Amino acid sequence: MLSYLARRLLVAIPTILVIITVAFFMMRAAPGGPFDLERPMPEEIRQNVMAAYGMDQPVWKQYLDYMAGIARFDLGPSLKFRDKTVADIIAEGFPVSAVIGALSISLAVFVGTIMGSIAALRQNSAADYSVVGISTVGIVIPPFVMGPILALLVGLHWGLLPTGGLDPRYGMTVERLILPVVTLALPQIAIISRLMRASMIEVLRSNYVRTARAKGLPAGSVVVRHALRSAVLPLVSYLGPAAAALLTGSIVIEQVFQLPGIGRQFVQAALQRDYTVVMGVVILYASLIIVLNLVADLLYAALNPKVKYD
Amino acid sequence: MAFASPPTEKAEMMERAAVRGRSLWDDARSRLLRNRAAVASLVLLGVLTFLAFIGPLLWVHDSSFIYRDRVQIPPGWENLHLFGTDAQGRDLLARTLVGLRMSLMVGVVATAVSLVIGVLWGATAGFIGGRVDQLMMRIVDVLYSLPFIFFVIILMVVFGRNIILIFVAIGAVEWLTMARIVRGQTISLKSMEFVEAARAAGVSQFAIIRRHIVPNVLGPVVVYVTLTIPAVILAESFLSFLGLGVQEPLTSLGNLISNGARDMEVAPWTLIVPALTMMLTLFCFNFVGDGLRDAIDPKDR
Repeated sequence: MLSYLARRLLVAIPTILVIITVAFFMMRAAPGGPFDLERPMPEEIRQNVMAAYGMDQPVWKQYLDYMAGIARFDLGPSLKFRDKTVADIIAEGFPVSAVIGALSISLAVFVGTIMGSIAALRQNSAADYSVVGISTVGIVIPPFVMGPILALLVGLHWGLLPTGGLDPRYGMTVERLILPVVTLALPQIAIISRLMRASMIEVLRSNYVRTARAKGLPAGSVVVRHALRSAVLPLVSYLGPAAAALLTGSIVIEQVFQLPGIGRQFVQAALQRDYTVVMGVVILYASLIIVLNLVADLLYAALNPKVKYD
Repeated sequence: MAFASPPTEKAEMMERAAVRGRSLWDDARSRLLRNRAAVASLVLLGVLTFLAFIGPLLWVHDSSFIYRDRVQIPPGWENLHLFGTDAQGRDLLARTLVGLRMSLMVGVVATAVSLVIGVLWGATAGFIGGRVDQLMMRIVDVLYSLPFIFFVIILMVVFGRNIILIFVAIGAVEWLTMARIVRGQTISLKSMEFVEAARAAGVSQFAIIRRHIVPNVLGPVVVYVTLTIPAVILAESFLSFLGLGVQEPLTSLGNLISNGARDMEVAPWTLIVPALTMMLTLFCFNFVGDGLRDAIDPKDR
């Protein structure tokens, strides 16, 4: 187990290095630079600014410097926000994205598991068909359609909830979080309830569930203690990709609901050639995805006695 | 009763049986045709595609013509703005059709790119096997764990929002699953008895690939292609929504939805019309994909 963990982390290091390298050179290949969009500045000042950020050096030298910084866990200064480092920007934006992401995935797993299980237990009933119907709808309506529609209906038309913006004065209040979290969770609820339904149907047909029923266990405990435990396995291995999908989705959600999260920062930074911020966010997300995949795999092994990592 | 029939008729019957054996594909077709949701979706997709490609040529309004005095007119019969006009005074029906055309094109072309890369990669890894296979599939594993959308965003920013690049970039992101499917299928087919039998009977390598491997790999690939197209359409719309996809004067459904979302308080139809069009298209692709999977996968017979 420990050696498996060590091996996975060892593979993660070259992966991250490749990601950093590709992202670094892709950004540098972009036409235009971080200081182009502002009002034209005298050549000497421009030279000074470039030198201050080390950008007068050849690209390979910049790359080595950047890597040296990474080794010291230093992501460097932002090129656009003069008095902020990349770490500052991430520290501002990431909590917003993380809270929304964590709430969404919890909601999606909770609702999706229940919906899928009910559909499987009452296969071919009205409840089953409505779950399948809802999940099909959830899959074909992307967040960037659902978000505006929810904002339009719930927020503007019925005036029930605020449509957007996390006012820094009030912070993240529950009312302000409901719409973004639900919008982000809906497609995941759809996928999870489908997965759950299929695997639950299969498990309910298995011999050990029949045995558990035959020996007279109450129906509830057969489902919850016996069937559910192996039925959630496909769900657990889906959590890695789901986490990645949530990160992507949150870019849209932050745009639609005007939340000051990291996804929005990333798009802005990429458009403005804020190299260091782009790199910082890419590194953050790549590490997150790697860690979440690893956690999902370990959880899978913990729940499934057939799988042994060594 | 066979002995009762004259010998010539029997020979004829046998010959006909040899020619008209029910192949896997005949079976699949008949099963697909029995699936009403899939057939309806297929027909609807045909209609949508026809409208998207022919409609803009026939419709009374040009998709880019600006009616200065008809800004954000609600849907109605007046001046034949059936779906209303947008914030610039352009006919929304015409724009939706043009946008749908672009989305369909992106879907098909990018899927084709992912198909070529995925099939070549997966088939090569599966055929050669051993170390090469290990290495190629490890690369796929690593790529799987990348935050790809970030790279697509960087790509779009770096190389400008060039339409060809959108095709290639999305296609280059979507090939991984295809490679895995093709590799798995190739490996399991390689060791099948009927392939071995063909080899023992002296059938050439090329003929084996053409007659036995390709048709058997094709099933899952076709299914996956029908499910990739909507995924690609979504990916493009996502980019357009962020302002990184197709640029004016060209438009796509994602683009229209993005504009509609901005104007939804005063002109909700500019959001609803393209959003419904996209949902309808994605619905159809999903039903066709599910139907094909049920039809082609012999396990569920």
